[in-house]
Amino acid sequence: MAHYALPFEKPVAELERKLDELRHLTNKQNVDVAHEIARMEQKIAETRKEIYAKLTPWQTVQVARHPLRPYALDYIRDMATDFVELHGDRIHRDDRAIFGGLAKLDGQRVLIIGTQKGRDTKSNLECNFGCAYPEGYRKALRLMKLAAKFRLPIVTLIDTPGAYPGIESEERHIAEAIALNLREMFTFPVPIVVTIIGEGGSGGALGIGIGDRVLILQNAYYSVISPEGCAAILWKNRAYADRAAAALKITARDLLQMKLADEIVAEPLGGAHADPKLMAQTLKQSILANLRDLQTYTPEHLLKLRYEKFRVMGVFEERQKAVASAGP
Amino acid sequence: MALFGKKKLTTVKVRKREMPDGLWIKCPGCDEMLFKQELEAALNVCTKCGHHFQLPRMARIALYADEGSFVEWDAGLVSVDTLGFTGTSSYVAKIKENQAKTGCDDAITCGRILLAGRPAALGVMDFEFLGASMGAVVGEKVTRLIERGTAEKLPVIVSCASGGARMYEGLFSLMQMAKTSAALARHAEAKLPYITVLTHPTTAGVMASYATLGDVIVAEPGALIGFAGPRVIKETTQQELPEGFQRAEFLLKHGLLDTIVARKDLKPTLATVLDFLQPAPAVA
Ligand SMILES: [Zn+2]
Repeated sequence: MAHYALPFEKPVAELERKLDELRHLTNKQNVDVAHEIARMEQKIAETRKEIYAKLTPWQTVQVARHPLRPYALDYIRDMATDFVELHGDRIHRDDRAIFGGLAKLDGQRVLIIGTQKGRDTKSNLECNFGCAYPEGYRKALRLMKLAAKFRLPIVTLIDTPGAYPGIESEERHIAEAIALNLREMFTFPVPIVVTIIGEGGSGGALGIGIGDRVLILQNAYYSVISPEGCAAILWKNRAYADRAAAALKITARDLLQMKLADEIVAEPLGGAHADPKLMAQTLKQSILANLRDLQTYTPEHLLKLRYEKFRVMGVFEERQKAVASAGP
Repeated sequence: MALFGKKKLTTVKVRKREMPDGLWIKCPGCDEMLFKQELEAALNVCTKCGHHFQLPRMARIALYADEGSFVEWDAGLVSVDTLGFTGTSSYVAKIKENQAKTGCDDAITCGRILLAGRPAALGVMDFEFLGASMGAVVGEKVTRLIERGTAEKLPVIVSCASGGARMYEGLFSLMQMAKTSAALARHAEAKLPYITVLTHPTTAGVMASYATLGDVIVAEPGALIGFAGPRVIKETTQQELPEGFQRAEFLLKHGLLDTIVARKDLKPTLATVLDFLQPAPAVA
């Protein structure tokens, strides 16, 4: 079980500490407290259920950023076989914030691409905290073209705070790298299933986020701007991130309701990090079910539906201009 | 992504102070006092140093369109507060305020023009309207412009300016990047020319979608062009930004633009380019 507790998980952490004490007591003094332990375990489960049943949007963001949450490569490990990683954009560098490769999901061949965060300082420096440079998006494009050529379905796993805002990013044209992916992803005649597994950080997420199906994990979020960034603009104070998170409507439930996501993938009780193996199995089944459905369409039909899916996104009012009518 | 927040609005106000309703304006490029009427006659370009001030929306359309040729498309699209966005002030109030300020419904005007006799579909973004941020209206109008351009086999020209995505529309605003890029994929497939003109400033979500997808990308001198805002980059990297960073000249040097063209030469340059980018003849 997770030993890193978010602020709102404190009641659970406290109960877990007591449970540890009980167990310790059993071992040391051979006192039979099995009944007590069972009662405590149940209470922990209930408390966790209660907390997770009513997470605020800001708490959801914290779960999505939980340091123990499974990252893209954890899913590859737990749900894929025969993974062959394919490196580099063949131009500049192998960006470790975006990885890609060939993989099988229950025997189904796919090309899989994901954004990757680090678990510690060393790995975070390597993958730049999950913030890709242009070469990351260009690697993704290169691999997706490969998938299109050999008719491999594309699976993307998104977990990024955003594309990297740096001097070199601009010099190597991060805007172009993302824009090109957006346009080209509408032309690949193979099924594309996108999943937001943690953070869906703006253009950096969308850069590998065009698909026939957009899935989102129950406690993931997807937003045009980080809650902190939004708070800094609106209230001039990043501490108002909780208000911004609520105002921006970024949770899985909000996005499903607004038809910006197609499906919510349920997380184990207590979040994906509570049981990464179960999470990976659930996600794999969701991806495979969607791929099976998408494979019944012709490539032409698939592209048409993909276009129409994004075409209708956006709410506005259209005022009919007063036109002089010749009628009665 | 969104760069159009309070900070940006402040710069707009500063710029306004540079151009008071008085007769004289101080040029930020050369500190000269310029006679306002003279400046307007020179397309809002400083006659002393060539500094390009922003050009109002209608003047911008007139810059590209032959006289009397502009026919507006898709007027009457109005932004909606679909999230019920409550911040320090409501989104509805912001829209109303900007409509009153500009006399326009939203941040873009689209239509058909003749550009030196050549028919084209034109979109002009207006930084005065909420920092030309892209919400559903901008995204929809750009998409319709491109779709109609494709259907009528027209070249599409978008004169860009933008502070980024319109935060008040949440993820809907991000999806406008997808929608517009999708329409461009079809326009490109039809082998029709698409040209973007990047004016000061063109950034963030617009830059990471249709602004950057031009067959030919032209920028005005001195325009700020980039994905992330300079302030965000400085805060994130804790590095000093290079001289001229994210200016049109910097992008040209790094190979990210086709050319920089002074405002007075834009129309003839676009006309010449259009003559070369003819749609491929249909295969019989
Ligand atoms: Zn000057």
